[in-house]
Amino acid sequence: MNTSKPQPENDSVEFNDSLAGILFRLLALAIIDAFALWFIYHGVSDGGIGLFLATAMFIITLGVNAAFLREELYPLRWLSPGLALMILLVVYPVLFTAYTAFTNYGTGHLLVKEQALEQIAKIQYLPKEGVVYSWTGYRSDAGDFAIWVMPEEGKPLLLKAGQTLSPDDSSVGSLDNDGIPESIAGYERLTRAESVRHITEISEFEFGEPPDVISVKSLNEAAPLKQRYIYNEGTDTIEDKQTNKIFKPIVGTFTADDGEVIRPGYYVITGIENFRKLFTSPAFRGPFIRIFIWTGVHAFFTVLLTFSLGVFFAIVFDDPTLPGRKLIRSLLLIPYAIPAFITVQMWRGLLNPQLGVISQAITAVFGSSPDFFSNQWWAKIGILFVQLWLGFPYMMLICTGALQSIPSDLYEAANVDGANVFQQFWNITLPLLLVAVGPLLVGSFAFNFNNFTVIDVYNQGGPPIPNSPTPAGHTDILISYTFRLAFAGGRGIDYGYASAITIVIFLVLSVIVLWQYRFTEGLEETM
Amino acid sequence: MSETNSFLGSARRQRQLKRAIQMTIAVLAIIYALFPIVWLVSASIDPRNSLNQQQLIPPNASFENYRTLLTSELHPFKRWMWNSIKVSTIASVLSVFITAISAYAFSRFRFTGRRSLLMTVFLVQVFPTMLTFVAIFLIVQEIGKIVPWLGLNTHAGLILIYLGGVMGINVWLMKGFFDTVPKDLDESAMMDGASQWQTFYYVILPLVRPIMAVIAILTFIGTYGDFLLPQIILQDKEQYTLAVGLIIFARQQFSQNWGTFAAGSLMGAVPIVIIYLFVQDYIVSGLTQGSVKG
Repeated sequence: MNTSKPQPENDSVEFNDSLAGILFRLLALAIIDAFALWFIYHGVSDGGIGLFLATAMFIITLGVNAAFLREELYPLRWLSPGLALMILLVVYPVLFTAYTAFTNYGTGHLLVKEQALEQIAKIQYLPKEGVVYSWTGYRSDAGDFAIWVMPEEGKPLLLKAGQTLSPDDSSVGSLDNDGIPESIAGYERLTRAESVRHITEISEFEFGEPPDVISVKSLNEAAPLKQRYIYNEGTDTIEDKQTNKIFKPIVGTFTADDGEVIRPGYYVITGIENFRKLFTSPAFRGPFIRIFIWTGVHAFFTVLLTFSLGVFFAIVFDDPTLPGRKLIRSLLLIPYAIPAFITVQMWRGLLNPQLGVISQAITAVFGSSPDFFSNQWWAKIGILFVQLWLGFPYMMLICTGALQSIPSDLYEAANVDGANVFQQFWNITLPLLLVAVGPLLVGSFAFNFNNFTVIDVYNQGGPPIPNSPTPAGHTDILISYTFRLAFAGGRGIDYGYASAITIVIFLVLSVIVLWQYRFTEGLEETM
Repeated sequence: MSETNSFLGSARRQRQLKRAIQMTIAVLAIIYALFPIVWLVSASIDPRNSLNQQQLIPPNASFENYRTLLTSELHPFKRWMWNSIKVSTIASVLSVFITAISAYAFSRFRFTGRRSLLMTVFLVQVFPTMLTFVAIFLIVQEIGKIVPWLGLNTHAGLILIYLGGVMGINVWLMKGFFDTVPKDLDESAMMDGASQWQTFYYVILPLVRPIMAVIAILTFIGTYGDFLLPQIILQDKEQYTLAVGLIIFARQQFSQNWGTFAAGSLMGAVPIVIIYLFVQDYIVSGLTQGSVKG
């Protein structure tokens, strides 16, 4: 990194800003700041992830302000859009992933504790004893219900879902002898028989404006609902008023001694629990290790196969006298040019076990055709086969370029020494080619290490690995497995565990970077 | 005399043999590369629309499948195409712009932390944005609570994520090109009274147009073909990009919708293939210098 001669301060940086320019800059900055403050305010008041996001936003805004107000930070003005995006969408997500990997964030643990307690406090129950009202039901044409309740003392009330109205409300019709309205505007009074018919529906409703909610207990009685769970901050426990059970917080879920839990839970830092699961729990480790190995094997063989075929074609067509050379190359480029999601899905059709043309051709020759989707080994072979088709043009392109850089006198000397074509390839072409395209091969490896599109379109990671506690498939690679953990739904989502696997991918990629860095020592000179 | 003749003759024969082998390999290679595509084209004009009993030359060939697809209420294919083109175009134009100003700053200004920043940019690109998609999803979800038009299920949110990957190898690539433009040009422009911005925009930028085109095209292609992020961010069928829409469509009763899928595939692929074939030399130069597709 050391440069012997000091870089001269660039004198081309001149601040020939006009007054209008400065005003415009300040105005733009003011607008950005106003938006940022508004955003930060909402983020903070949202709590949870919003708080983290507000912090990131704050840092970015601070940086942008500094860059645009201080002349010595002039170069950063040019870099600020890129850097802001990098901080918000690369650096911050990486940190957030690292944090999430040490929590149990996922189904049942999606809220921060305060939010969970707020929601739990809203849960109500119908006490067995206490105040009771008599009630009369009304039904609208749309099927909504309203009730008129008469307490033993005091004024009656008209209640709709989420709404408490006074008995003097204009919608109330004339009262009968018992003081019950004959009708409510838009609603029709239920006869006793109709009440019986609708009782189950009505009793599911919560009438009145929260938190003073009234529910129908039976045909004759309605009663106010009460808050079911009372949180005691001192002991950090929750008491269930209905059953008098005590719930204690256990890894983000309030749990009673008999195992009963209160939903929703909240997320807590669980330390290395996710990693422990990954590396020591046999049920989790088994699929993980299979997937890990296949991820590497898949990327390695994809690069090896595509490179081999690519080099072969590049050498065969590396002949200026070959007629139609340009056309041949253009045609061979097409598999690479079509977006992979299209071609992989196309191959799904061609390899379809009974109906696909490739399977039918194989059947015609061998009598039967392997199942490229439900047999794990054939599924893997199928993926490599498709990858070869998708990727060889890229390798052919980069090798064609690199071949030009190999000096021809090397071959002449080899000819004189009597080396045959294969010896020349093995001892001259291949080593020099590898030097030239080495970094690109590493890049290709890293790309295929995370080639979600091919894996997911081909078979969505299937066939499934039996008895796995997580949705894992035989052809899943780490990133598609992570995707299934976070978004597959069916068996619940587990952001924490998914993030832990992302961290593993990071570590592997870091090793690749270091390796690639060796190829790019020349990089520093260009800095 | 006769010895020389036979030597020349064998050399000619060798050349002919070599040419014959080359041509054979070329034909086989082209069949290998193009047969699946030809098969797809044939499926797209086969009105039976089924994977079953497909023939290379379909009887009663027609554009029935294309019509079905373009008029389908259930699968708004035109909408998906439009979404893909819209998102990819905006993302690539903005990317190129941000890449250009960043690369220019790295190329022309000397400031503290420049080297470490450049190194960071180089390292960061190894961890593509899509890897942290879980965090990205949660972040966009949260942003959406505050700024709904930038949240989940919006194209703006999706574009924002794509822009996150802008500080990467492309900045290096473009910086290399700016470095080849002599600084004298900047200096004389500034001498003539141009501001730094005017110098950049009117003098230097036009000189690096080819590399900007390459980066724009590769970004466009990469975005157009992305299957992961739109799947996470977009939830309504109307909002899908082509990649998500077409694959989700294809996953339903694939073998009965084979022809329609083929028609959709070809319509979706043609713009990209045309771009490739027209500017392949540029693209190759970009690819060999480390820019990636996707």
